[in-house]
Amino acid sequence: MSRSDDIWILGIHMTKFGKHPNLDVVDLGAEAIHGALADAGVTMADIGIIAAGNLLGSGSIAQQLQKQVGQTGIPAYNVSNACATGATALRTVIMAVKAGEVDMGLAVGVEKLAGAGLLGAGGKPKADNDEWARNGRFGAVGPVDGRIGTESMPGVFAQIGMEYGHKYGGADFELFAKISEKNHSHSTLNPLAAYNKAMSLEQIMNDVMIAYPNTRPMCSANCDGAAAAVVINGEKLKTLSLEQQRRAVKVSASILTSDPWQEACQVLPDVNTLTRNAAHQAYEQAGVGPQDLNLVELHDCFATAELVHYDNLMLCDEGGAVDFFESGAPYRDGRMPVNVSGGLQSKGHPISATGIANIWEVCQHVRGEAGDRQIEGAKVGLAHVIGLASACGIHILERSAA
Amino acid sequence: MSTATQIPFVEYLNLEPTPHLVANECTSCGARYFDRRNACAGCFNTEFTSVDIPTEGVLRSFSIITFAAPGVEVPFVAAVIDCGGTSVRANIINCPPDPEHVSLGMKVRLATTVVGTDSAGVEAVNYGFEPA
Ligand SMILES: [Zn+2]
Repeated sequence: MSRSDDIWILGIHMTKFGKHPNLDVVDLGAEAIHGALADAGVTMADIGIIAAGNLLGSGSIAQQLQKQVGQTGIPAYNVSNACATGATALRTVIMAVKAGEVDMGLAVGVEKLAGAGLLGAGGKPKADNDEWARNGRFGAVGPVDGRIGTESMPGVFAQIGMEYGHKYGGADFELFAKISEKNHSHSTLNPLAAYNKAMSLEQIMNDVMIAYPNTRPMCSANCDGAAAAVVINGEKLKTLSLEQQRRAVKVSASILTSDPWQEACQVLPDVNTLTRNAAHQAYEQAGVGPQDLNLVELHDCFATAELVHYDNLMLCDEGGAVDFFESGAPYRDGRMPVNVSGGLQSKGHPISATGIANIWEVCQHVRGEAGDRQIEGAKVGLAHVIGLASACGIHILERSAA
Repeated sequence: MSTATQIPFVEYLNLEPTPHLVANECTSCGARYFDRRNACAGCFNTEFTSVDIPTEGVLRSFSIITFAAPGVEVPFVAAVIDCGGTSVRANIINCPPDPEHVSLGMKVRLATTVVGTDSAGVEAVNYGFEPA
């Protein structure tokens, strides 16, 4: 057994995002695992730990996948952390490799979401003729969602973006729609995106309003997909081929945070503080600053969310997210390309796959293998995810010096 | 004239003497909670006292929700209101649900609305905020 503090992605893969009516979650997860193993040039015999996530599934996805790709008896961790599930699986594997318990590990996230409706809204209305009865920690006599604000994801994230507008000004419906226009435009170069058609600002603003100011194309696209990654430590990597060493991508930072208590977090989830905390820790761990990044994949589950994360990830000055966007910086030809994959709004958001798929995107660029959408000369990139309730994962990835 | 008995929709709404919200305030750090807590999330203290929340506030954020769970009238305005430093979640009521009538920073005040009557004739009364 070898041990070293430096951690690398040896191989990584994402499936086509979209509709896969003929594949189940195990098919999709197995496809991602086979892709990642092939990319790494290793087999299940080399893998010492597996961590897997499938938020909406029946449970034990890691063992279900092992039965299809190799039951080697290694420890299997089933993780669940909302939309940060994929990043949490990866983080789990990284901790085991970094601790020296294993040389190599495998993380996978998979989801079947095509055709799923609105997420996060729920609650049963009172049946007629019943007498009022108090329930839950609010002692409510009926569902509070929709009667005392909203618990629907589009509504929650709309308010998160609007709150930024209230605090700093300049954020209106049209600005949020322009952010979406950018991501839909980026996705035209990504053959694995669920949607790869450009949309005009007019089309976006006139589409079905889901939760003002987010219209349908400004919401993350429900779709099927999977992504997997093989993690290795630096000592073990040195024993592999020069080609494997050259293509390996350094994990300069791997951070997971939860939401610290804030005054208003009981009424509106605070996705800002935990992202800012994670970003601070990630930049410190990696020894790089936001100015050193060549591209960022951030969690644009809604157009309103992308705006606040420009600020939270410190891609701009505090309060400067609107100016940052309007300067053209986050476009693929700008000084800080954001979501060149098309982001969750256009690439799609198969929940548990998202936190590994965003890392795949950054790896493609720093390896110089991103094809038509390659950000020229990319050396360092950042991948960010948020899961409500809340969790934030940030990974900073760097090109190999080999 | 109504003789119906009324109960608040949630326990943290007090209908008497005039409708207002009541929070559990941490006796150590002053953090306020509308739901039942085992300990303070901010400082881990386990003692709370009840405090009345101001009924007037400022609209800090909102969204106009078009799709919601069955039984919820749409569109409606979901909002966060700053009531003298305490953040409150509520619907904006007695106001057309469109961006021409709802704006960030507008002043609002607590209002009530009957959500239904049960088989015993008891009305459940919910709160919202209306333009002040
Ligand atoms: Zn406290």
